[in-house]
Amino acid sequence: MATAALLLPTLAACGSDSEGAGSGDSDNGQNADSGAADTLTIYSGRNEELIDPLIEKLEEATGVTVSVRYAGTAEHAATLMEEGEGTNAGLFISQDAGALGALSKAGLLEELPAELLDDVDAAHRGTEDDWVGISGRARVLVYNQELVAQADLPDSIHDLTTEDWRGKVAYAPTNASFQTFVTALRVIEGEDRAEQWLRDLQANDAEVFDGNGGIMDAVNNGDVEVGLTNHYYWYATAAEEGAENLDSRLHFFPGEDPGSLLNVAGVAVTAHGGQSEAARKAVEYLLSEEAQKYFAEETMEYPLAAGVTSPVEDLPPFESIEAPEVNLTDLDSLEETLALLQDVGMV
Amino acid sequence: MLAVPAALTGAFALLPLVYLVIRALERGPAFAWGVVSADRTAGLLGNSLRLTVVVVVATWVLGVSLAWLTERTALPAARLWAVLATLPLAVPSYVMSFSWLSAFPGISGFTGAAVALSLACFPYVYLPVAAVLRGADPALEEAARSLGHGPWRTFRSVTLPQLRPAAVGGGLLVALYVMSDFGAVSLMRYDTFTRAIHTSYRASFDRTPAAALGCVLVLITVALVVAERRTRGRARYDRTGRGSARPAQRMPLGRAARTAALGWSAAVALAAVAFPVGTLCYWIAVGNSATWAPGPLWEAAVATVGVAAAGAVVTVLLAVPVAVLSVRHRGPLARTLEHASFAGHALPGITVALAFVFLAVRYAEPLYQQWPLLVLAYAALFLPLALTGVRAALLQAPESLEEAARSLGRGPFATLREVTLPLAAPGIAAGAALTFVVIMKELPATLLLRPTGMDTLATRLWTHTDNFAFAAAAPYALTLVLIAAVPSYLLGRHRP
Repeated sequence: MATAALLLPTLAACGSDSEGAGSGDSDNGQNADSGAADTLTIYSGRNEELIDPLIEKLEEATGVTVSVRYAGTAEHAATLMEEGEGTNAGLFISQDAGALGALSKAGLLEELPAELLDDVDAAHRGTEDDWVGISGRARVLVYNQELVAQADLPDSIHDLTTEDWRGKVAYAPTNASFQTFVTALRVIEGEDRAEQWLRDLQANDAEVFDGNGGIMDAVNNGDVEVGLTNHYYWYATAAEEGAENLDSRLHFFPGEDPGSLLNVAGVAVTAHGGQSEAARKAVEYLLSEEAQKYFAEETMEYPLAAGVTSPVEDLPPFESIEAPEVNLTDLDSLEETLALLQDVGMV
Repeated sequence: MLAVPAALTGAFALLPLVYLVIRALERGPAFAWGVVSADRTAGLLGNSLRLTVVVVVATWVLGVSLAWLTERTALPAARLWAVLATLPLAVPSYVMSFSWLSAFPGISGFTGAAVALSLACFPYVYLPVAAVLRGADPALEEAARSLGHGPWRTFRSVTLPQLRPAAVGGGLLVALYVMSDFGAVSLMRYDTFTRAIHTSYRASFDRTPAAALGCVLVLITVALVVAERRTRGRARYDRTGRGSARPAQRMPLGRAARTAALGWSAAVALAAVAFPVGTLCYWIAVGNSATWAPGPLWEAAVATVGVAAAGAVVTVLLAVPVAVLSVRHRGPLARTLEHASFAGHALPGITVALAFVFLAVRYAEPLYQQWPLLVLAYAALFLPLALTGVRAALLQAPESLEEAARSLGRGPFATLREVTLPLAAPGIAAGAALTFVVIMKELPATLLLRPTGMDTLATRLWTHTDNFAFAAAAPYALTLVLIAAVPSYLLGRHRP
């Protein structure tokens, strides 16, 4: 927190005297008070404790006055779809790529200019160039170190369906990150192998949880030996309870296993909010060095832009993750994944 | 005369249904039917109904036994136990489930969901049953005793039939709560119908299957409401005898009976109130995120009391005409309007919230993301709570007094104002207090419809738990329980 506060604003160039200059331009907003370049309404699916401190810096750096509405990512996505052309939101900050993909498909997002997109690897942004990743999270295996010796840790998700791991694996089939992982598995290994893996996992008495938080608790308590989850959940729990009090540790699958997929949280400008100019300034800020460092320190996620590397000590470097070779833009077949999960009887 | 405001209430309560049907049929009836008729849907529905039956029976046992002990026996500190029997209403089912789960991880699944929901919901039965026990004329029971019935036989053949409408009405509220609950079943990992609805929003970002499944929930609600009405019959519950009403004698308890009664009251209070509150204190003790921030806490508390009070008043105002109509003018219209008022109550909060987003953006843009819309959404969600309270009060108000007023030349409106409403006033206040407590902990509709920047205790609780900052979250949940103690105390005093 203290380090974050010491960081100097890098985008101080846009002062508040640019206020009003952008009003009356080509934005065809539905609302009377939109169109001005100096106010912005953000719908954030990411936590207030995380986003709020950043907003102050964003306002300072861009000269835009921001108000934020907080709710879950899925709730915001559903709201944006109900609002359609009548939305008040100029910018949507999403916890996962799935919600952004769904809004993109519904035609509710606006294409971003190339200079904003170019900063981020093509693997970490939307196919239609209408959303961009701002931070990355790795899929990991969390394990209870009292119950599982380091030497016995699996090399691949395929080990988890063997007799050795019967009844010992936790997973969250309704969770968006798990579903993105299944989509990746389908793309990498083909439909048949993906389906077989899911059926084998289920037949191996793997335990179903509703979310990653539940998995983290269960593994910590020793109720389950290992769980498939995202890397930063462990760091969040460690920050609350103290790492030394936790029996759980993280294991990154080696060898480009689908189990170590890299997923992103991202941001998009809405097509009908009529606040494009201010929203783009906000995107530019979120991809800046200051914001990227902030995310890396506060969330223990991986920065995706501005050449920033994560300062978190025990976190394996971004390059060291042997993530599978798969482009996030190829992971837009969520509906097929859901159909498969329903077929198997997981959701 | 009351038909017009009652019809307005009915139409208002049906608003979410309009949205639901539009969304469900968005991709044609065939698609909606495909969702509803899938094998899995039937299985989940079976799970939901199984849970509902068990929880309703458990809340009957808990609610009726505690009501009897606190109202009719010489239980020491009866007032304290009465407040403790109401307080679980203020404990969010998320907190209730979480505390049980962290202490007994093995409980997850059907058992855990049933335990958490029974403990969270039994006040819905306790409150109306206790109110009836307090207000019922003891003359009937005394007559039974004087005719040679023992205490148990008197309870079974005289007292219990008087409790039936209150217990069944409370059971209906419990059933609808269980059908629409998501917090407890998701934490306890028990697969129910509402989980399928949430999966539709959360996993596929698709509102059509959610709406189709929501329509099924509405049909089940209608079936439950009709079934409850069938049990009512034509019985009357008002006093017809002469003399002034007086409270019943409290049954003296011997040493053994007193110990048992105290043990039972204490065990329930421990499980349903002390345990979750203790868990919250534990969070503060062990968590690193513990901070003392009275500013945001105070602001959230003020905002919560404000919207909950406004919501309770509006809900009761909408409920009164329907209740009067259904009690005093039985008929098909009154019945239909009463059924309609239940429409929103079995739907998950997020579905009702999205209905209000949909309608407000299109037809009431100035209200969108303003507090009046949030208050209206609360009314749509909780109308049955107020309705049940007001209705029970009217049932015990003697109709003969109204007839006397009419015969003395008072018009129907003056009779309503000068006789009916004053007689029912305590019941109306009780309905308002109940609605107030339940609104305070409402989350999904509050998140989506609140004015930008407004936080309630429930939204703050969500912000922090979502962030794993349990210690920072705990003071908000504790404040919620603390504030709820005030209306709980008042609820325990009211006599219909």
